[in-house]
Amino acid sequence: MSDRLPGFSTLAVHAGAQPDPTTGARATPIYQTTSFVFNDADHAASLFGLQAFGNIYTRIGNPTNAVLEERVAALEGGTAALAVASGHAAQVVVLQQLLQPGDEFIAARKLYGGSINQFTHAFKSFGWNVVWADPDDIASFERAVTPRTKAIFIESIANPAGSITDIEAISTVARKAGVPLIVDNTLASPYLIRPIDHGADIVVHSLTKFLGGHGNSLGGIIVDAGTFDWSTGGKYPMLSEPRPEYHGIRLQETFGNFAFAIACRVLGLRDLGPALSPFNAFMILTGIETLPLRMQKHCDNARAVAEFLAGHPAVASVSYAGLPSDKYNQLARKYAPKGAGAVFTFSLKGGYDAGVSLVSKLQLFSHLANVGDTRSLVIHPASTTHSQLDDAAKVKSGAGPDVVRLSIGIEDKEDLIADLEQALGA
Amino acid sequence: MNHDAYPDNYIRGILNSVKSIAMVGASPVNVRPSYFAFKYLAQRGYDMIPINPGHVGKDLLGKPFVASLSDIGRPVDMIDIFRNSSHIMPVVEEALTLDPLPKVIWMQLGARDDAAAAKAESVGIKVVMNRCPKIEYGRLSSEISWMGVNSRTLSSKRAPVPTQGMRLSLNRMSVGGGNTAASDRAAKNKTEQS
Repeated sequence: MSDRLPGFSTLAVHAGAQPDPTTGARATPIYQTTSFVFNDADHAASLFGLQAFGNIYTRIGNPTNAVLEERVAALEGGTAALAVASGHAAQVVVLQQLLQPGDEFIAARKLYGGSINQFTHAFKSFGWNVVWADPDDIASFERAVTPRTKAIFIESIANPAGSITDIEAISTVARKAGVPLIVDNTLASPYLIRPIDHGADIVVHSLTKFLGGHGNSLGGIIVDAGTFDWSTGGKYPMLSEPRPEYHGIRLQETFGNFAFAIACRVLGLRDLGPALSPFNAFMILTGIETLPLRMQKHCDNARAVAEFLAGHPAVASVSYAGLPSDKYNQLARKYAPKGAGAVFTFSLKGGYDAGVSLVSKLQLFSHLANVGDTRSLVIHPASTTHSQLDDAAKVKSGAGPDVVRLSIGIEDKEDLIADLEQALGA
Repeated sequence: MNHDAYPDNYIRGILNSVKSIAMVGASPVNVRPSYFAFKYLAQRGYDMIPINPGHVGKDLLGKPFVASLSDIGRPVDMIDIFRNSSHIMPVVEEALTLDPLPKVIWMQLGARDDAAAAKAESVGIKVVMNRCPKIEYGRLSSEISWMGVNSRTLSSKRAPVPTQGMRLSLNRMSVGGGNTAASDRAAKNKTEQS
């Protein structure tokens, strides 16, 4: 046995999976079952007491989901992961481990519109208070830190404009404040950016997007970097204090550098319940096997489309970090040298009406509220994903009324450009 | 040995070769990590000896408690220390009086004493610090993958269904060796901050 580092593509195919012990099935079986029989009463007690590795009930864990969890943990360079029903579920479960009512977390203002809603409204009713900061102004994160701050949340490549966040600079702020840095890596995928390498303590994904990649299955995942010491100062009692749910176990002491992932599973998923269907886990796993191939094609196509748009007379501006003239190009070169992702925005000289006209004339691009599909997608954020924000907040989050967002698929780029050309020109 | 990052082959070699393990600080309280580890290692076929002077006369999962390493009265392959870093040295010093010497001294997650390690290594004893043998066994056998943990190993072989008392194969291909980059960085950050 030699210790060597396999490449990313090898991990994308193999990590977490091996032939089924019972049947020899080589593809990961879909364990479509709610529950698992115990060997005997002692085995059952050991499993419930977290003393043994094994399966109890699919709301807590499932062998198909476990393959997905290990695979994403391996691709991100984390110690462990937990798959859940959606990206939104991942965010609820993560923050439940970190915040008590009355606590705060700092979030970058440039986020997926759904996350802005979740943080502003849903979490407010839990007593979790979001404090916004500007990812283009690192000092705004430092200024936002208070004694009640329990976490910092950013996107690696930020929705909707595909801007690149300076993860290392913000991780320095988090370390100084003694709080974990949570990075939503959905738009980059670990193929483009591995936030843990840049100081992230927790990575979350909507698996629905590039990891699953085919627009057919919802899913979310939480990756534990194993980097944060949860025991300091009693700030994180879910991890550091004896848990009455488990007869007084202290999770950090028992599970070491993957205690956060275990807390998310046994305190979050078990009690809140957003379990991922094993069928969805199977679909997403199949998608991940081709992630490196797809992601490179997504990026190469996106750059070609962005260049085309930048030269078109009807286009006022293009926000794509892969363009040398873009304000985020330096950060893109540092964090995402293989490509700046495939989700970006542009604005039309004709404003709101031109955006509506463009969307209605496109033949290949689908008008819908998703990103990271094999198919190319288009949406007008101001009237959809970001519609709940007021006008000032729309502009601040990069979703002004003249802005159109694209998610570039893996079709032939010539066909995507021709479709945009006819829709812009006519 | 670089105690910041163990090659998997080092850990694999230890867990494949030792048969008897004396656990210093073994607890009969079934929510303590030492109890978990003791039970798991016994289930995986290791000959376990609980050491805890406070429980002599009782037993742990059928194994009688022994007061100290010197009282075991037979050779042991490995000593697994469930004590804080500040209590490691006296245990190691006692271990060095045993005849024959143990082959391995293992210190649990969170426990590290480089001076004690150097003393043991100078007489040919292998040392592991700040790791848990249950986690490492579960990781190298991939049994721990059931909890979504990154085993950092790969295999295209069909494994047997694990049953009570079965020793599992630890000979999977390692992904990135024993370099637990993330946890090591965490430890380093802690040191820098303190």
